[in-house]
Amino acid sequence: MTVTQAPPLSPAPGGPPAHKTPVRRRLVPYWLLLPGILWLVVFFVLPLVYQASTSVQTGSLEEGFEVTWHFATYWDALSEYYPQFLRSLLYAGTATALCLLLGYPLAYLIAFKAGRWRNLLLVLVIAPFFTSFLIRTLAWKTILADGGPVVEVLGAVGFLDVTSWLGLTEGSRVLATPLAVVTGLTYNFLPFMILPLYTSLERIDPRLHEAAGDLYARPATTFRKVTLPLSMPGVVSGTLLTFIPASGDYVNAQLLGSTDTRMIGNVIQSQFLRVLDYPTAAALSFILMAIVLVTVTVYIRRAGTEDLV
Amino acid sequence: MTDKQAGGDVRLSGISKTYGSFTAVHPLDLTVPEGSFFALLGASGCGKTTTLRMIAGLEDPTTGTVRLGDKDVTALPPHKRPVNTVFQSYALFPHLSIYENVAFGLRRRGVKSVKKQVDDMLELVQLGDFAQRKPHQLSGGQQQRVAVARALINHPQVLLLDEPLGALDLKLRRQMQLELKRIQTEVGITFVHVTHDQEEAMTMADTVAVMNGGRVEQLGAPAELYENPRTTFVANFLGTSNLIEAEVVQSSGGEVVVTAGGGKLRLPAGRCPDATTAGGRLLVGVRPEKISLTPVADADAVPAGRNSVTGRILDSSFIGVSTQYVVESPAGKGLEVYAQNVEHRAGLEPGAEVVLHWNPEHTFGLDAAQAIDAGVETVGERP
Repeated sequence: MTVTQAPPLSPAPGGPPAHKTPVRRRLVPYWLLLPGILWLVVFFVLPLVYQASTSVQTGSLEEGFEVTWHFATYWDALSEYYPQFLRSLLYAGTATALCLLLGYPLAYLIAFKAGRWRNLLLVLVIAPFFTSFLIRTLAWKTILADGGPVVEVLGAVGFLDVTSWLGLTEGSRVLATPLAVVTGLTYNFLPFMILPLYTSLERIDPRLHEAAGDLYARPATTFRKVTLPLSMPGVVSGTLLTFIPASGDYVNAQLLGSTDTRMIGNVIQSQFLRVLDYPTAAALSFILMAIVLVTVTVYIRRAGTEDLV
Repeated sequence: MTDKQAGGDVRLSGISKTYGSFTAVHPLDLTVPEGSFFALLGASGCGKTTTLRMIAGLEDPTTGTVRLGDKDVTALPPHKRPVNTVFQSYALFPHLSIYENVAFGLRRRGVKSVKKQVDDMLELVQLGDFAQRKPHQLSGGQQQRVAVARALINHPQVLLLDEPLGALDLKLRRQMQLELKRIQTEVGITFVHVTHDQEEAMTMADTVAVMNGGRVEQLGAPAELYENPRTTFVANFLGTSNLIEAEVVQSSGGEVVVTAGGGKLRLPAGRCPDATTAGGRLLVGVRPEKISLTPVADADAVPAGRNSVTGRILDSSFIGVSTQYVVESPAGKGLEVYAQNVEHRAGLEPGAEVVLHWNPEHTFGLDAAQAIDAGVETVGERP
C-alpha cells in the first residue's frame, strides 16, 4: 500500500501562454540555414548571375567583353547548335531509359529477394565510385576497342549488323559511334538510377504484396497495381538524377564518341576553353538549363508524384 | 474459383511448418466448421499466425494438406484461394483511395460494376463518407474496418483475421470485437481469428484452439476451456487459476481426496486425469472467482462439505466491481481470490487470517508432471 501523492500543480491561470517562445529560440532555424545559404549565394547564385551577364556581352578576348544586351547570341547559338541539343536529349533520354530497364529489376532484386546479400549488393552498386569517373570511362575505351573481344563477340552474334542498320554503329566498329556514347552514359549513371529506386522499393511493406495476392491479384498484376505505383517516387528521382547530368555530359562523347556524336556539353566546353567565345558558351548553358527545366517540369507533372517536389 | 455456396469446412490434416531446425507448427489436425467463428489463441511465437498463413497460402506447409470443403488447396497460390485475410497492420494500399482499396479484389476478378457492392460494404462498416479518402487520413479503428470491408466484399469462403485488433486501444478494441461479431453473424462467413488476447478470443469465438509451442493444447467452446482446462498452460493462459500441488489419498466413488498443505481437499473424479490413483501426485486447480473468503473468527459460518484452506491476506486491490486478494497459505504461496463488491466486508484487510472455501465441484485436477506456471502471463498484462 502506498500513499498516493497529489499531482504537481498546473501553472496558474493567467500565466504566460505556452506557445510564446523566446526570440532567440525562434531564430535558431535561421542560424542553422545561414551556412548553406551563404554557400549557395557564393557558389551558385553569383556564378549564375555572372554567366547571365556574360551571355549578353559582346567583344573579343583581346579587346575585352562588354555588356551590350546582345540577346541575338541566344538565337545564333540555338540555330547553329540545335543538332547537338537534339542529340544530347536523345542520347540522355536513351541512356535514362536503358538505366531504368537495367536498374529496376536489379533494385527490385536487392530490395525484396537479396536477403542477407542485400548490403553486399548495395556496396557493389556504389563500388565504381571508388575510382574516378574519367578512369572508368577510359576503361570503356579499352573494352570497346576495335578488334577487342567484346566487339568480336558482338560482331559474331550479328548484333553489330543490327546496330549498323539502325545507324548506331559503323561496320565492325563500336568505339566512336553513338552506341559507345550511350553505353558509356548508361554505365556511368546507372548507380544514380538504382539507389533512389532501391530506396523507394525498400520502403514498400512486403505485406502489401501479400495483401494483393490475397485479393486475387496475380504476381504481374500485383506489380502493376501495387509495386510500380508505390515505387514511382524512385522512378522519378532516378530518371531525373540520370537524365539531367547525362544531358549536359561531355566526357562520354569526348572519350567514346567522334565528331559526329558531339553533345551540347562538348560544344559548351570547346566554346569556353578553345574558341574562347564566352558569350556563346554562356548562352548555350542557359538554353540547356531552360530546356532541362521545361522537360523536367512537364515530366513531373505527368508522373504526378507530389511527394517528390 | 469457388463461390461461397460451395461452402464447407476448413480442414487441416497433418499440417506442419519448419524453418531450418525450428519447428513453428507441429503436425496438426484441425477442422473449422463452416460458418463458425474460430479463434486460434496463444502467446507470440506459438505458431498461430503461421497456421493462419498456411490457410491463406502465404506460407507453404512443410507437410500436410489444407482443404476447403472437398477441395484440396494446399498447392494453390493465395490469389487462387477463396480465402481473404485481414492483416495485422491492415496492409491497406497507401496509394489507393478507400473506395479503390475495397474494390481491389472485385476488380481483380473482373467484376465490371463494383459501385453498388463497394458502397454497400462501406455502409456495413459505417465508412460511407470516407470513400474518397486515402488510408493515412483515417484513424486506426477506421483503417481496421476498411481492412475488414476489403476482405469481406469478396464473399470469401473463409475470412482470416491476423490479430486484427492488436493496434487499437483497449476501448476501441472492445467496440470492434462486438462489431466483428455482429458482422460475422450478419454475413455468416467462417471466421478464423488469430489473437494473443484470451478475453478477445473468449468474447468473440464459438470455438477456441489454445496453441502453445506449435501445438494445439486444447480445443473447445470458451466456457468449456475455462471451466475444464486439461493442461496447466490452458489453466493459466485462459484467465487465472490457483494451482495447488497435492497428493492423492483416495480415489473412489467418483470422488478424489487429496492432501495439500496439511489439509484435505475433495474433487470430482470426472475432472481429474484418467490415471489418478491413490498415492499419486496431482495439481489441484480452482478459479479465483469461485473462492469465498471468511475471517478465521467466523470460520464456523463456513458451510460443511466445502473445500477449505486457511491463509493470510497479503494484498488486496480494489478494482471497482470486485476486489482481488492475494492470500498466502500452506497450500500455495500466492492464491488469488476475486470477490464481488456486493457489500463491504469487515476483517478482510491485508494481514488478516482467513479461511478460503469453495464448492468441491468447482475443483479440477491436472497431471502433476507439467510445469505449474506454464502460460502464466507476465505481470502487468492482466486488466
